[in-house]
Amino acid sequence: MNIRELPTQTVTDTVARLCVEANFFLGEDVLAKLRDCLEREESPLGKSVLEQVLGNAAAAREKQVAMCQDTGYAVVFLEIGQDVHFTGGGLMESVQEGVRRGYQSGPLRKSVVRDPLRRVNTGDNTPAIVHCEIVPGDRVRLIVAPKGGGSENMSEVKMLPPSAGREGVMDFVADRVRRSGPNPCPPVIVGVGLGGTFEKCAFLAKKSLLRTLGEPHPDPYYAEMESELLERVNALGIGPMGYGGRCTALAVHVEAHPCHIASLPVAVNIQCHAARHKEAVL
Amino acid sequence: MTGPAKRIRTPLGETGTAGLRSGDLILLSGTVYTARDAAHQRMAERIRRDEPLPFGLAGQVLFYAGPVPAAPGRVIGPIGPTSSYRMDPFTLPLLERGLKGMIGKGNRSPQIVEAMKRCGAVYFAATGGAAALYAGTVKRSVLIAFEDLGPEAVYRLEVEDMPLVVVNDCHGGDLYREGVERYRVQSL
Repeated sequence: MNIRELPTQTVTDTVARLCVEANFFLGEDVLAKLRDCLEREESPLGKSVLEQVLGNAAAAREKQVAMCQDTGYAVVFLEIGQDVHFTGGGLMESVQEGVRRGYQSGPLRKSVVRDPLRRVNTGDNTPAIVHCEIVPGDRVRLIVAPKGGGSENMSEVKMLPPSAGREGVMDFVADRVRRSGPNPCPPVIVGVGLGGTFEKCAFLAKKSLLRTLGEPHPDPYYAEMESELLERVNALGIGPMGYGGRCTALAVHVEAHPCHIASLPVAVNIQCHAARHKEAVL
Repeated sequence: MTGPAKRIRTPLGETGTAGLRSGDLILLSGTVYTARDAAHQRMAERIRRDEPLPFGLAGQVLFYAGPVPAAPGRVIGPIGPTSSYRMDPFTLPLLERGLKGMIGKGNRSPQIVEAMKRCGAVYFAATGGAAALYAGTVKRSVLIAFEDLGPEAVYRLEVEDMPLVVVNDCHGGDLYREGVERYRVQSL
């Protein structure tokens, strides 16, 4: 068995670069969905919002500035091949240093407070939230997903009884979007985590937001549920920025996991239209 | 609703706000002050202690926003609205002291909507997530208070033709309610 050495400096440099790129360059999949929405939207005000959003993405790309002033809480996903050995310092600290440098150099906004109640800004947007998974192989996949506060605040976890079933889940998801109204900057992406435990379903909801927009769930049962949910959510009439319209969501992504015989956990993680994530494989 | 944009200038008088209706497109010029969560908390403390605020509120407009730091040579970094409901618990005393306009995004509480009618104030929405475009409407930016709050400090901005939409006018109009009623599909 060969162990591959990877300097943590490479991790730092990559995280820093991805923080900036995620905030400057909206993904092609999101842009394509926004253009689709512009085609379909019937509300004149909704159309003008979508035109502004697309124009803004182009301006951010051209001027190399952040598309949104909320440049997010940095959420970093690491998929670490088990045959990798990190050299030259701690892995976790190297990720934090990458976030620190990326947000300084951008420049990006520093939006993190040290303590949830005593609320003093840390000044460098650390600490990032880091999720690690050990996978086979000798590569490291690294995803940086800056998450805005406005849409995160409209998210929720609910422990349903198993009898609630598919309809109970659909009702909860649609109602969560309805109650969010204009707050999370629609059109949104609705991330749904289903099953697992209390914390697992929240993680799945977040992870579902990383899926390329337009890619349905590989299981036809969930692919159908996603399109049915999207139809229900768009029937709410909330529309772009909540001014009324046909496009309330760009997509609904569901991720499911085995769960306890007593439970049906469901989490909804709302993502604004500035759906930012960039990845690299080291 | 909609139609050509109305050009208005701050400070706003009673007559200025009375003519605005929910759904109106606005191009706003003049002075606005940034203030978000932490700045509102500070202003509320000052009011409680009977201390002066960093700027006079009469006829003024607040922009619920915390900008990205400016890159060298630029007036300001990307800037756009944050969710307004978080400012609701602090807003009543500001309206009572003459605040006439607020720029943000998302719902306001029924209490604030009522107070806006009483005080002749208007709530404008800016497009969330269009911060690179909004930065272009800011011609001047001066930090005037609470520097230690970083992105939550208060800036006095001179803006030109900032594109906004009237959400809550001072006659009870509410674009969020009216818009959803127009486009909701009842059968689902």
